[in-house]
Amino acid sequence: MALNNIEQLLEKYDNAETSLAEEAQIRAYFAQGDVPAHLEPYKYLFQYVSDSKQEQFTKDVPLLPKASRIRRTKLYQWISVAAVVVLMLGGYYQVTQMNQKATLSDLDQEQLMAYNQTMEVFNLVSSKLNKGSSNLGALTLVSSKLNEGAENLIHIKEFNKATNKIIKNK
Amino acid sequence: MTQTNFVKLVLPFKDKVFRLAKRLLVSREEAEDATQEILMKLWNHKEKIKDYKNVEAFSMTMTKNLCLDRLKSKQAQNLKIVHSNYQDYNISLQKQIEANDSVDWVSKIMEELPDQQKIIVQLRDIEEYGYDEIAKVLEMNETAVRVALSRARKTIREKLTKKHNYGIK
Repeated sequence: MALNNIEQLLEKYDNAETSLAEEAQIRAYFAQGDVPAHLEPYKYLFQYVSDSKQEQFTKDVPLLPKASRIRRTKLYQWISVAAVVVLMLGGYYQVTQMNQKATLSDLDQEQLMAYNQTMEVFNLVSSKLNKGSSNLGALTLVSSKLNEGAENLIHIKEFNKATNKIIKNK
Repeated sequence: MTQTNFVKLVLPFKDKVFRLAKRLLVSREEAEDATQEILMKLWNHKEKIKDYKNVEAFSMTMTKNLCLDRLKSKQAQNLKIVHSNYQDYNISLQKQIEANDSVDWVSKIMEELPDQQKIIVQLRDIEEYGYDEIAKVLEMNETAVRVALSRARKTIREKLTKKHNYGIK
């Protein structure tokens, strides 16, 4: 290629006006070896360019493990959601069970009999208890008498005061 | 989308993503991490990939944003990313050093460019993107892309010429 031509192309190249095809021409020119001295710097530039084109990415990218890890964490998330749902259902069931009161009409024969017997026992116990507490009335009577007696003691105190005065005077 | 389909989709541009990341982050390890992250992000959103019109341009934009974010946080921590791609010079040491030296200068000069110009030079000269594609990736208009590219190319040429003539003129 004529030197004149290449110089024109380089001028355009520096002004960023070359097309990709023209740049390929320039590269081809510098790749073929002999280059006039004043264009030497360009030669290094284009040699560097063609060198760097050959660099390759060689590291492995572990694609699958990461993806499966994501899938597993997603699975765990859903399991926890399911666990919360189960817990809440359990709680709800428990509460409704407790709120449902059984009436006497719901019970069958045997249960009714058991219920009546228990009630009888409870009644017996409570009647005995009432009898015992009525006997307690006597105790309160005693304590009121005691209080009366204690009041009378005040009179004795008054009497003591008087005698002390008399003894002092002596 | 199965894994094979995804790999097929990603294969044409994963090296481009890596090279862009390396252009910005300089260190190979950092660039590998960034590329891995981009691919993982794509994989995790694989259901949505069908909706994107241009997966490659989208990935490049993602890469650009991710790398610029990383650079920003690195600067905030006052950590410098060190250039750590030492090459194996075992075979014909002297010769290789001489040949590589001037080429290495180019990479050093590229590193000195502003981030945006770096990206544009990378996409245009190395990945051979059209101006419209670069504009899409960078969310800029085409004229601005051309202006930045021209500026970057001129800077590179000037610095290279200066280095080349050092000690001669």
